[in-house]
Amino acid sequence: MANELSIVLCGAAGQGVQTVEVLLVKALGSSGYHVFSTKESMSRVRGGNNSTEIRISEVHREAFVDRIDLLVPINGGIRKNIWKRLDRSTLVLGDREELKEEFEGREIRFIDVPFLGIAREAGGPVTANSVAAAVMCALFGIDFTILETLLKERFAKTPEILEKNLLSAEKGYERGGILLEKGEFGLKLPKPDPRWSPLLVDGHKAVSLGALAGGCNFVTAYPMSPGSGVLAFMAQNASRFEIVVEQVEDEISAVNMVLGAWSAGGRGMATTSGGGFALMEEGISLSGVTEIPLVIHLGQRPGPATGMATRTEQADLELALYAGHGEFPRVLLTPGNAAEAFELSRLAFDWADRFQVPVFILTDEYLLDSIFELESLEVEKADFSHHFVEAEPGYARYRVTENGVSPRGIFRHGNGLVRIDSHEHDEKGHIEEDFEVRERMQKKRMSKLRLLEEAALPPTVKGKPGARTRVFCWGSTGPIVAEALERLGNEEVCLVHLKQVYPLHNSIQSLVDEAHRIIVVEGNSTGQLARLIRLYTGRNAEHRLLNFRGHQFSVEEVSEGLRKILEGGEGK
Amino acid sequence: MNPREYDIEPVDLSWCPGCGNFQILSALKEALAELEIPPQDVVLISGIGQAAKTPHFMKGHIIQGLHGRALPVATGVKAANPELTVLAIGGDGDMYGEGGNHLLHTIRRNPDLTNLVHNNMVYGLTKGQASPTSPVGLKTPIQVEGVFSEPLNPVALAISQGASFVARTFSANTELTKEVIKAAILHKGYALVDIFQPCVSFNKVNTYKWFRENTIVMEDSPEKLRDRKRAMELALSGPPFPLGILYRDDSGRPCFEDRLQAYRRSKVPLWKRTPDLAGIAAYIETLREGELKGGRES
Repeated sequence: MANELSIVLCGAAGQGVQTVEVLLVKALGSSGYHVFSTKESMSRVRGGNNSTEIRISEVHREAFVDRIDLLVPINGGIRKNIWKRLDRSTLVLGDREELKEEFEGREIRFIDVPFLGIAREAGGPVTANSVAAAVMCALFGIDFTILETLLKERFAKTPEILEKNLLSAEKGYERGGILLEKGEFGLKLPKPDPRWSPLLVDGHKAVSLGALAGGCNFVTAYPMSPGSGVLAFMAQNASRFEIVVEQVEDEISAVNMVLGAWSAGGRGMATTSGGGFALMEEGISLSGVTEIPLVIHLGQRPGPATGMATRTEQADLELALYAGHGEFPRVLLTPGNAAEAFELSRLAFDWADRFQVPVFILTDEYLLDSIFELESLEVEKADFSHHFVEAEPGYARYRVTENGVSPRGIFRHGNGLVRIDSHEHDEKGHIEEDFEVRERMQKKRMSKLRLLEEAALPPTVKGKPGARTRVFCWGSTGPIVAEALERLGNEEVCLVHLKQVYPLHNSIQSLVDEAHRIIVVEGNSTGQLARLIRLYTGRNAEHRLLNFRGHQFSVEEVSEGLRKILEGGEGK
Repeated sequence: MNPREYDIEPVDLSWCPGCGNFQILSALKEALAELEIPPQDVVLISGIGQAAKTPHFMKGHIIQGLHGRALPVATGVKAANPELTVLAIGGDGDMYGEGGNHLLHTIRRNPDLTNLVHNNMVYGLTKGQASPTSPVGLKTPIQVEGVFSEPLNPVALAISQGASFVARTFSANTELTKEVIKAAILHKGYALVDIFQPCVSFNKVNTYKWFRENTIVMEDSPEKLRDRKRAMELALSGPPFPLGILYRDDSGRPCFEDRLQAYRRSKVPLWKRTPDLAGIAAYIETLREGELKGGRES
């Protein structure tokens, strides 16, 4: 097995844990380690206790694990979810001055490193985070110049603060060196690969950059975690990419404004979470009848209602599937990692434009807040084309065509008038209450579903094709299940990961039919994917492994859950 | 231009005979024709209601969308292509009731569009319920003991929130309505035109006669129109209710589209653009931390 370490940093919000995380992930990533990081945080601006897991390995990793090899608590007040994950193999690097009695009497290896004391003597107590980062850089053999460069970037605008942090970092780095020499550290480090130089991309950036590559030039949102990371990225880069970004008064405005933009030839996206998406439903239905393209990024978090604002869940599949009154075709894309988030967000814009339907990108807090390593993101290889037409005089927006797609004119491109209507309408967009027209138009709109089915993306199948036990999952759970299956090493089991849950790719039917046993692993309490599979294939999953506590599955939890199912037929 | 160029092939107008909407439709066509704006340059955006059907009865690009949501749609259209002449049209229930929040924030945003509100103080399409501007005491099938909520004062609201153009007119005064609509279209920024309009079917209080007796056309001049305090006094006065442009900020205040980063380097509308793939690729490369090994310049 590859050498790897799971490092967990934890501390109060507003205390700079995030700064340490960013510094460390970048430093590790630039030193030839394979890295993956993911975090969980409480819904508060200050205080509490949040944690970040950073995995470093000799192989690519992209999943959360329970195991903690090295815990670095920046503050006291460690929460139950962290204590549960500590055992005798865990090493804790902590500052007794800060943690007080918290680790007394526990059978946990603890090395006292006076982060605060070192900071106080060097750059001042507020620089304790830089001390912690520097100690770790030394332990992981990261060149000091890398840390120096990162600190210079982080504090570019405040030279005085930079100076203090650099002083503290130097001292911390020295202390880390001493620990290493004494041999107290004692953790087996993965071997870095000097040629490995990855892109480090979190989910928010992956969705945003994919959207931009897909021609997105219009973004609206009402701030709501975790959907607003995309809003923030787009707003901060609006000038660079010359796009319209507007924080609107509510999600109803967000969706309607985006529909206005598409009608005039822009490519718009609204980004939100479940509550905001629920408010957009009437607008989604408007997209359905008017055939105005629409892209919505839905970053899922636990509901109902406010639920858990900063936590994760996969419980909005059915919300997106049935959103909006009336019947109309739609697409649900469900990326599992940053590469897929990029690729599918790009594709969402092409499909919305080509098929004139709403396209939803379903991510979740876990995916968005995780940092993935990638060799590259192919941007220029991707074709780009608009799918609208020049409107000739006499143009009819809703002309009935063989495949259901009416050539889409936009305002003032050509001399024809583009008339868009939310009522049932005739080919020219006039309000029409004729029953035959109604049937013709409803059939026209729904016939696009066949095109969408033909275009649907196949699931990713990992493992032996002959394996008769098949584990289905969707979205961000995919890489976790993949690693869990790798651990189980059972050749009779294979993974089927769906990066599109609607319409389903036609191979799902045979994947299901050939299986002796189906297990569905997903992050909700009722088995929404399992229900969808039953609805479209007639097959009831034999087992479901569900998680709805607000934190993503760990690799251990899935492998243990699958092992029990495989051994004894357990499962819900 | 002849206003007839805005006529559309015979359609079945669904308004009641004698409805003020006919007068507004004809004033709107005349205003556009006198400004020499061809139908191809105009986008008429509406929500739901009798007034919101107006776009269907004339030439131009149209979006008839959802009840209350014309303003965000119109803002999206204008922001995606600032070259278009954009009008958001609807009634008092549509714009002041269901769409009230959008009204407030469209005023703040100040996109360059014209908002026509056919204000007949009652719901027509849904058959006679009270609207946000119904007078206290108006009896309806729902407000059986008469309306007791205070009517919304749209012009005072708009002026108080910093709208850059606020006017009120009366549908039967087609000349005034036409001139006010022209001025609203020419105004750069958000322009609210509240149009008193009788509902001959459901409002037996605010009739043609009532509006004639309870309104007064104001004399104006650019200096007077710049006076926000005066505008507020006019907006709060009545009966008789002042008609005409009540407030106009002609200081050249930037509108929403002017401030968008999308148009800082180029005014080209979004539909003529393709993504800067090379720029995106270059940005992505900055996410490769390996270059840190060489100690990159920040």
